[in-house]
Amino acid sequence: MDILSLSAVELAAKIKAKEVTVKEAVEAVFARMEEKEKVLNCYVTLDKEGALKQAEEVQKKIDDGTLTGALAGVPVAIKDNMCTEGMLTTCSSKILGNFIPTFSSEAVLNLKKAGVVIIGKTNMDEFAMGSTTETSAFGETRNPWNEKHVPGGSSGGSAAAVAAEECFFALGSDTGGSIRQPASFCGVVGMKPTYGTVSRYGLIAYGSSLDQIGPLTKNVEDCATVMEVIASHDLKDSTSVKREDTDFTSALIEDVKGMKIGIPRDYFGEGLDSEVKEAVLAAAKALEEKGAIVEEFDLSLVEYAIPAYYTIASAEASSNLERFDGVKYGYRTEEYEGLHNMYKKTRSEGFGAEVKRRIMLGSFVLSSGYYDAYYLKALRTKALIKKAFDEAFAKYDVILGPVAPTTAPELGKSLSDPLKMYLGDIYTISVNLAGLPGISIPCGVDKKGLPIGLQLIGDCFQEKKLIQTAYTYEKIRGEFKKPADSMEGGRK
Amino acid sequence: MANVISDETIEYVGILAKLELSDAEKEEAKSDMGRMLDYIDKLNELDTTGVEPMSHVFPVQNVFREDVVTNGDDSENMLKNAPAERDNMYEVPKTVE
Repeated sequence: MDILSLSAVELAAKIKAKEVTVKEAVEAVFARMEEKEKVLNCYVTLDKEGALKQAEEVQKKIDDGTLTGALAGVPVAIKDNMCTEGMLTTCSSKILGNFIPTFSSEAVLNLKKAGVVIIGKTNMDEFAMGSTTETSAFGETRNPWNEKHVPGGSSGGSAAAVAAEECFFALGSDTGGSIRQPASFCGVVGMKPTYGTVSRYGLIAYGSSLDQIGPLTKNVEDCATVMEVIASHDLKDSTSVKREDTDFTSALIEDVKGMKIGIPRDYFGEGLDSEVKEAVLAAAKALEEKGAIVEEFDLSLVEYAIPAYYTIASAEASSNLERFDGVKYGYRTEEYEGLHNMYKKTRSEGFGAEVKRRIMLGSFVLSSGYYDAYYLKALRTKALIKKAFDEAFAKYDVILGPVAPTTAPELGKSLSDPLKMYLGDIYTISVNLAGLPGISIPCGVDKKGLPIGLQLIGDCFQEKKLIQTAYTYEKIRGEFKKPADSMEGGRK
Repeated sequence: MANVISDETIEYVGILAKLELSDAEKEEAKSDMGRMLDYIDKLNELDTTGVEPMSHVFPVQNVFREDVVTNGDDSENMLKNAPAERDNMYEVPKTVE
């Protein structure tokens, strides 16, 4: 049996049925890593010894009936901005290069309670600031579909690890598209839940009003199953929402009859690659044929989302990243004269270029004299964007569009022009500003052989509609292609 | 470029951001920030008169709880990652003479 090609839910079922042991599953992913990691670099930290130890404990609990959940025994990767007790957590930054948390983030604890095995921490853009995973201080991650291309970002390591079968699912975080866009570029499923659904406790903050943790998985069933486990009300996160409707797997229903789907015309304008456009519209057509009511409409304000986002996210980042000063954790510069010089030198040596760029911009838009003109203006724009979505969701259950304007760009082509890179986030970013849930699901492959992603956006707390629509689409689409192993011989 | 960032502004933002930039980095930051602000100025096309700034998408209130201690002394754990510590405290360079 090819263990690696199983989904997370399938693997857990086989473990329960004693057809596979947890240890075998763990050993299979580590064997896969040995084959792939040298080129792909999905992980910052791997913990085989710890994983085998967890495997033993989990196996015992499965055997004695203590652990019965749908994910028990499944090897999982965690984005390196979520604290994991006793395991290096770097945010792919030099400034946290030696940080070993003494506690775990709530989402990770929820997974551990469900009996998963944490195998390692995945690479990302430094502090989640980037769209390609090239701003990592520990080298870029490569796209498993074509090693000359980026995996997307900032959860690029998580997306690539799932696509390359170096884990069975992964957690990522999404501030402006950082789960959905890499999922799209790597041909896997990624969901950004409604703001407040998954606790942010232990997630190293970037833009606190926008950040959400979510799953990157092989299919929609796994996505719903992971969501069900990680969603929880947490008193340690004051923005955590108490929800009663987190039984997401109940929405795995193959039916879209009467589902009202809106296609924003403004998502199909200039800048959208024609192959992406075709694949996304073909998916809409397929859903229409299954009984969904599909209609075009004007969402409006789309071009204002990016400038509003970069103002708000940078402002929050400049404040959140003040804590990295060489006093309480992480890197401290070697030589300094006095306290302030130590702060400055530590930060200047510890942060990379993109992080410094955003801290500078954020400090500027929050500074006295500019606060009203920039920061408050952006928050007012955010209110208008939220209103535009409210109006759309008065008419539609689901909004359908592309995840990104293009498929994965080549390595080394994005960072030289940050503004152009930011424009790639145009379809994902407003979802974060409005706190909405969004899902990315593979819907095609372009002529270059790179995957194309379909994005479904729902109103706040309507993840189930997204899951139902995505699940139905997945059944219509059938098994999605996998990245070819041809480039280096690969697995037989 | 409509927004020209002066040397004084970059110096000032550097102080706020607690970053020490080299001369080359300063020049780059000036042009980067100018370009970003030009782009952000696009928001001025929107009439936001009378629109309340939205910091949170849900109408959330402050979260209160009873003032009861639930955590113990965790100083040992907290100091585990300190770059320098002494006598159960973070150690920093001398700040007052």
